[in-house]
Parts: sequence; structure tokens; C-alpha cells
Amino acid sequence: MKFPKNGLVKMYLNSIFSDPVRMERLVDIAQSSFLPLIEATLQFTLPLSIISFIFGLILAILTALARISTVKIFQIIARVYVSIIRGTPLLVQLFILFYGLPTLGITIDPFPAAVIGFSLNVGAYASEVIRAAILSIPKGQWEAADTIGMSYTQSLRRVILPQASRVSLPPLSNTFISLIKDTSLASLILVTEMFRVAQQIAATNYEFLLLYGQAALLYWVICFALSLVQGRLEHRFDRYVSR
Amino acid sequence: MISIKNLHKKFGDLEVLKGIDADVQKGQAIVVIGPSGSGKTTFLRCLNTLETPTSGSVTIDEQTADFSKPLSKKQIMAFRKQSAMVFQHYNLFPHMTALENVMEGPITVQKQDKKLARKKAEQLLTKVGLGEKINDYPFQLSGGQQQRVGIARALALEPKVMLFDEPTSALDPELVGEVLQVMKDLAAEGMTMVVVTHEMRFAKGVADEVLFMDEGRIIERGKPEDIFNHPTEERTKRFLSLIQKTDVI
Ligand SMILES: Nc1ncnc2c1ncn2[C@@H]1O[C@H](COP(=O)(O)OP(=O)(O)OP(=O)(O)O)[C@@H](O)[C@H]1O
Ligand SMILES: [Mg+2]
Repeated sequence: MKFPKNGLVKMYLNSIFSDPVRMERLVDIAQSSFLPLIEATLQFTLPLSIISFIFGLILAILTALARISTVKIFQIIARVYVSIIRGTPLLVQLFILFYGLPTLGITIDPFPAAVIGFSLNVGAYASEVIRAAILSIPKGQWEAADTIGMSYTQSLRRVILPQASRVSLPPLSNTFISLIKDTSLASLILVTEMFRVAQQIAATNYEFLLLYGQAALLYWVICFALSLVQGRLEHRFDRYVSR
Repeated sequence: MISIKNLHKKFGDLEVLKGIDADVQKGQAIVVIGPSGSGKTTFLRCLNTLETPTSGSVTIDEQTADFSKPLSKKQIMAFRKQSAMVFQHYNLFPHMTALENVMEGPITVQKQDKKLARKKAEQLLTKVGLGEKINDYPFQLSGGQQQRVGIARALALEPKVMLFDEPTSALDPELVGEVLQVMKDLAAEGMTMVVVTHEMRFAKGVADEVLFMDEGRIIERGKPEDIFNHPTEERTKRFLSLIQKTDVI
């Protein structure tokens, strides 16, 4: 690694602040790149995150139910799926989907390929969270649902999952926040999400620190907003437990 | 009302019910007593098919479930409707208010009209003395109040038979009375009830008959005064002297 010699950082900052032309250039770039970055966020980063999270959650619930079902084959399929996803890097999975599958004649556009990759990922990780949450609901709840005549799906929908969702809200929020940050990997399979746009702009003007800093700031703002939403949701959920 | 024939239940190799025969007339309140592990809970749960008996048959109000052959889910559901269960630990749904707990069965399972179910649930909660608490969540209620919601929730299903598994044994002593009073009122209204309890007051004051169970069998049954004052079986005598000494009852 190369560190600037003593004084170089100061020189760099000086060169910016004492040089009105350079200063102006940086402000210009920051301003003009702001809109494209926001656009890419709204067009790709957020949709990719939200769609993948929804599909992923559905997949996760199904996988969790398969894991706790008494049917052996369901258990095995769920275990193998979770093990494969957790045991391989996300980036490798995305590359297989986008660059690998065409070899078999299966060609997927960048955005759908990313949605598939991220959904599969969320599905595997969140299934463990949801499984643990379901198992944490006391057996008496299933029995009470049984005795008032509920079917398995009614018990899940009305009694078990509402309670399990309270338990799993904090870990699932973490999953969502990780997902938002991980969508930057989609730039490597040519999805023009926010980070890819930042890369493209930086490639034209060489202001890497500025552009990547802007991207980092945007990710942080999104994740911070999300943590506020999480807090409110938790508060709502907690209305039925003693404090 | 209830007719139980040669009911057996095994958990793996462990035979917990070893052939139970019993009849309960309409409107009777039956109290089941017996040492821990004798199979009382299992017996009640079999009546509600929360456990599937290994063999034997149960008839409740002309609906018979014959457990010597496998029953379909539909048959089990239909049979389960005949009775409703009140649990030792209440098992209320914590994410629903008292009212929602009581309405849940009628609305989700029986697909009743919401308004009607709500009105009925309010009436039931008023009946068990909780008219003021209908919008409270379980955590806001005392144990005795929670158990009364549990009773209202069971009643909302309009069962032919009410099953109670030690409904007061998780309660602080000062809260036992309010729950027993609700059960006493129910019995007075002519509800058919099977109650597992060690509450001597209830057994003596309300029960039409007492069943003594031990090791998966009904050892003795009779009027409460007969069972408590002149038990004929050695095991009953031993059990009664034990609980009277330790005042568990
Ligand atoms: N699901 C189960 N699997 C295996 N064994 C069980 C199960 N449920 C109950 N048993 C066993 O069956 C026997 C009877 O249990 P049960 O709960 O019916 O007794 P009980 O009379 O209600 O006792 P208590 O007064 O302590 O509540 C016990 O030996 C218990 O360990
Ligand atoms: Mg018991």
C-alpha cells in the first residue's frame, strides 16, 4: 500500500481550496453527477432491492416451511438450496447466472439476472431467520389454533407468521440493508445501477474519490432512512408485548 | 352426549391410555382427577383430537370418530368442532385483543359475518365479566382474566362439550375463584363439561361425577361425595390421602 508522504494530504486539500478553478470543477462535477446517480438509484438500485427482497421473502417462507415440514424430500431440497447459496460467493452466483448460463443457451438480461441472483440469496439467508422465528413460537399457539378448528395454512397466516414476523423484523431488516449495499455488485453484470453510473462518470473525469464518495453517501442515506422505518415498525409490533 | 369406547393412546412404545370406557350425559359436569402422568391431559386431548388416539372410538352428540382406521383431515376437523378446549396456560393469541381472540374462530374458521361475530364476542366477554376489557391485549390482563378470555374463546365456537385441562393450576390463589365461578355458571346453564382439576371445591360443589384415573385407566368413578368420602379402590384412597395431606387439591 502507498501512503502519501507527510504533508501530501495537506497539499492535496490546499490544492483544492486555494485553487478556485479546481474547486469549481469539483463542485460542477458533484452537481452534474448528482442527478444521474439519483436516477440510477430510482431506476435500478431501489427497484432491484425491493423486488428481490419481496421474491426473496416469499422464497424464504416457503424454504422455512419446507425445513420444518415432516416431509423428508422437502427438508432435503431446502437444506441443499440453503447450503449451496450460503456456501458460494454472491458475485460468483451472479456471474454464473449472467455469463455462465448463456453457454447452456440460457441468456438472461442483466436486470432479471440480478433479480434472480439476489432473490435466491435473500431466500436462503432469510429462510434461516424465519425458521428460527417460527420455531420460537410456543407449541401452545399451534394447539390453540388447532382447537378452534384452524387448518395448517390458517394457523400460519393468522397465528404463527404474525408473531414470527415480530421476532424476525430486526434480522430481516439487516438482510434488507445488506441487500441494498450488495446491489452494487450488479454493476459487474452490467446493470446500470447507481454504483455503475458512478464508475462510468469517474472514468470520464478521473475524480474517483469524489464520485465513489458520492455513491457511498447515497447508500448511507438510503440505509439510514430504512433504519428509521425499521424503528417505527418495531414500535408498532411491540404494542402487544409488555414493556 | 359423550360415549368413549376402549380408547387407547400410545406415544411410540409408551402406552398412556390403556382402554378407557366412559359415558357422559348431556348437561353433566365431570371432573377427572388422578396422579401426575396418569394420562388426564392426554385423555382430554384425545377427545378434541389434538392427539389422535391409537384405537377406540369417541362419540359426541351422534358424531362418531372411530380411530381404529385412519381418519381424513376433514373428518377430524368435523369431529373437533363438537368440543372446545381450555388450556392450563391459556394459550391466548398475544397479538390479538381479548375481543379479537374470541372472534377469531367464528370469523376465520366458521366464516361468520364480522358484525355478528363481534356482537357475540362482546356478549361472551361480558358474560365472563370482562365487558370492560375487550380491547386489552393479553399482556395487559391478569392470569384469571386471561383464562376467562380463554373460556370465552372456546364458548364462541358453540361447542357441544367444553374440555378444561387444569384451568386454574397456573393461577395465583386469589384469582382461582373468579375462573371457577365462570365454570360453575356454565355448568348451571347445562353445558356438558369434562374438567381435569385438583380443585376440591369445584369437584364437590359442581361435579355430577368424579373419575379417578391412574396409569392410563379409569380406576373408579362416582358421585363426588362417594369418591371423596368412601373410595372403594386402594389406589384412590392412597391418592386422596396424599393430596388431602399436602393440600394440593
Ligand atoms: N407428546 C408426547 N410424547 C410422548 N409422551 C407423552 C406425550 N404427551 C404425554 N406423554 C406422556 O404420557 C404420560 C401421561 O401424560 P399426561 O400429560 O396425559 O399426564 P397428566 O395426567 O395430565 O399429568 P399431569 O397431572 O402432570 O398434567 C406421561 O408419562 C407423559 O410423559
Ligand atoms: Mg396434565
